[in-house]
Amino acid sequence: MTDLKTTNWNRADDAVVESAIRRGATRRELLQMLLAGGVAMSAGGVIVGRATKAIAATPVSGGHLKAAGFTSSTADTLDPAKASNSTDYSRCSAVYNRLSNLDKSGAVEMELAESIESTDGKVWTVKLRKGVTFHDGKQLTSADVIFSLKRHLDPKVGSKVNAIAKQMTGFKAVDDLTLEITLADANADLPTILALQHFMIVADGTADFSKGNGTGPFVLENFEPGVRSLMRRNDHYWKSKGPFVDSFEFFAISDDSSRVNALLSGDVHVAAAINPRSERLVEGRPGFVLSKSSANSYTNLNLRLDTTPGQNSDFVAGMKHLVNREQILRAALRGRGEIGNDQPIFPGNPYRNDDLKPKPYDPEKAKFYFNKAGVLGQSIPVIASEAANSAIDMAMIVQAAGAEIGMKLDVQRVPSDGYWDKYWLKAPIHFGNINYRPTPDILFSLLYASGAPWNESHYKSDKFDKMLIEARGSLDQEKRKAIYNEMQVMIADEAGTIIPAYLTGIDAITDKLKGMETNPLGGMMGYRMAEHVWFES
Amino acid sequence: MNKEVLSLVLSRLLIALITLVIVSFAVFTATSLLPGDTASILLGQAATPEAVAGLRKAMHLDDPAFVRFIYWMGGLLSGDLGTSYANNMPVADLISGRFANSMKLAGITALFAVPIALTLGITAAMVRGSLYDRAVTVFTIGVISVPEFMIATLAVMFFAVYLQWLPAISFTNEVHTITDIVRVYAMPVITLTFGVSAQMIRMTRAAVVETLNTPYAEMALLKGASRSRIVLKHALPNALGPIVNAIALSLSYLLGGVIIVETIFNYPGIAKLMVDAVATRDLPLIQSCAMIFCVGYLILITTADIVAILANPRLR
Repeated sequence: MTDLKTTNWNRADDAVVESAIRRGATRRELLQMLLAGGVAMSAGGVIVGRATKAIAATPVSGGHLKAAGFTSSTADTLDPAKASNSTDYSRCSAVYNRLSNLDKSGAVEMELAESIESTDGKVWTVKLRKGVTFHDGKQLTSADVIFSLKRHLDPKVGSKVNAIAKQMTGFKAVDDLTLEITLADANADLPTILALQHFMIVADGTADFSKGNGTGPFVLENFEPGVRSLMRRNDHYWKSKGPFVDSFEFFAISDDSSRVNALLSGDVHVAAAINPRSERLVEGRPGFVLSKSSANSYTNLNLRLDTTPGQNSDFVAGMKHLVNREQILRAALRGRGEIGNDQPIFPGNPYRNDDLKPKPYDPEKAKFYFNKAGVLGQSIPVIASEAANSAIDMAMIVQAAGAEIGMKLDVQRVPSDGYWDKYWLKAPIHFGNINYRPTPDILFSLLYASGAPWNESHYKSDKFDKMLIEARGSLDQEKRKAIYNEMQVMIADEAGTIIPAYLTGIDAITDKLKGMETNPLGGMMGYRMAEHVWFES
Repeated sequence: MNKEVLSLVLSRLLIALITLVIVSFAVFTATSLLPGDTASILLGQAATPEAVAGLRKAMHLDDPAFVRFIYWMGGLLSGDLGTSYANNMPVADLISGRFANSMKLAGITALFAVPIALTLGITAAMVRGSLYDRAVTVFTIGVISVPEFMIATLAVMFFAVYLQWLPAISFTNEVHTITDIVRVYAMPVITLTFGVSAQMIRMTRAAVVETLNTPYAEMALLKGASRSRIVLKHALPNALGPIVNAIALSLSYLLGGVIIVETIFNYPGIAKLMVDAVATRDLPLIQSCAMIFCVGYLILITTADIVAILANPRLR
């Protein structure tokens, strides 16, 4: 590979190409990527050849997979309803399955369900796979599914998806492997909703979740909340393929450089969600690769529309022009992401309105609007915290832009401890941080409908609410897409949420680990990596 | 033991007990003042008002503070530490393993740090002003000035990443043989030893130097006692009080102050447990950890005081 030395090609680019090939990129697309990277054709051929070889390798069984996440506490749980972070998701995905799941492109695939169908979007029939057993040997039946879904409605359970589950108003077991779910209003997205981490299926009547009795690829051996969990391969797994590793150990190393050091010293095979500084440390080293996920979260600036100064629409318009998106992406996020256009649908989602252009950075225009609003010369507080990724860096960039046109933004840095309770949704101007959600309906009902629990800018529009319900019940794809497109324009123009960029996560892994793909549900292959990866023999 | 000594010792114990009661009250009040509560933090970003209210009720969080304090005190006195809010496990179960880990780490560190510190401190005092003494002084000041995370990170970079001799993280559940113990504990213990022994060396040296300057030490010298006899027989018993106090203070740090070492080596000890508990507002767990730290601190300090009283030649 000596001919590579003359280019600026590095291991990260390798990973991009590899993942592009896995996604099914054509040769022409690849060559475009290579050209963009400044790689000569001859070198390009070598890379493509190498990357193709890497994915052509057949999975090998065996090995003990050790992965380090980034957050863990005594609140760690095996109850899918309560799962709240990457550590919980990784552990739960290893022992449980869902009815449906999302593939690497974000499309729905069936898992425990053979089909999830409806004629009117209101009454859904779920047919379950035959012959699926729990780790304790019990057969999967419709009673288990009904129990698992119903739990989310009980406030005592403390489910994270209580608000989403509420629309499921009726459950009926038709026979052992068939059930009916009735919704309060028609919702065409139910198969996607059921792919959320929290809707994993547990056995009927489960009260003690510490055993992790599921239908998943791994059987729980040991689980210490806040310390680690250990699982071994489920030899009776119902899928014909995988898992390939014999055992899977997951724990969190919260300190970023410790996590990377553990990877470099060979103590772990995966270091999840590393920061840009550590990225360089891994990049320069043989034996390690970076695995990028799709853009799956964003940090946004929220201007409440129901209080000063956000009440004044000219102020909001001014702020939207004061945000230098390119600079934020380049400096605050170090290029790890994509420019945002002030609406919450993530890049790559089929419903995203790609024609909607982001507001250009235009200090003069911003100054004009601020003048009109009469806020120039006033000091306006902006609450920022490390709780929202890169929020402090973003705040500094906006503040500096404001200072140039005489707009004084007073950035107040507050502790991340208690931020979501005390400041988020409450302060007149503050930062938020939203993770990937698979459907526009979930994002809009959660964030922008008049009664939305997390209406960050307190946006209210009857028209928007009506369109939301109309699109939700419509099984006509073209019509839904048109409505959602218009709703995105409304959010970008009318709401007080500025979304400068969508963030990409990066996991660092040893290059002996194969089969790692991206998934829109999150890093580490949507937290399902253990089921799919294998060690090079 | 004469009457005077006995009454001094008893009064020390009584003071410790009163302190403990005051501390328990302070711990409860302080934790109750933490912003946000478990229900909303457990539900995180997904919290809706009804969900929070439901969970709060299920967890008895809406009882008045006074009632909760009485329950807590009652539980503590009967040996029941309560149930964790975050995961419904008994607090005692959560703490026991982690506490044992912390004690192991503290114990092994003390095993190395105390003898090293005493030897270096006393010998440096004996040859005060010599090259050896100056070397020790420079070394200890150097070590005190370097923050722990720096020492730990450098150790990891060198021994784990470059040489690959030792693991970058310390997992106690992989300890089966003596070699494992060395591999797992080497780096945390080295880091901690650096931090705590530097303090002890300086205090020991100072205490011995001071007693060597007293008239009775001079008298012993005039009577022709050997250098080591002066130090061991005449100076040390009088310097023991401050030395034991310095040791106690340094060791008490090992219980709660090792959070940085626990974080960098991912060592599952009690300090990290408490930090987790604060993040989830898991009050029973925070309170129990805080009480353990206070009790540990009080035991060490009280022991040091009593040793100082017993060792004081004037009270014999």
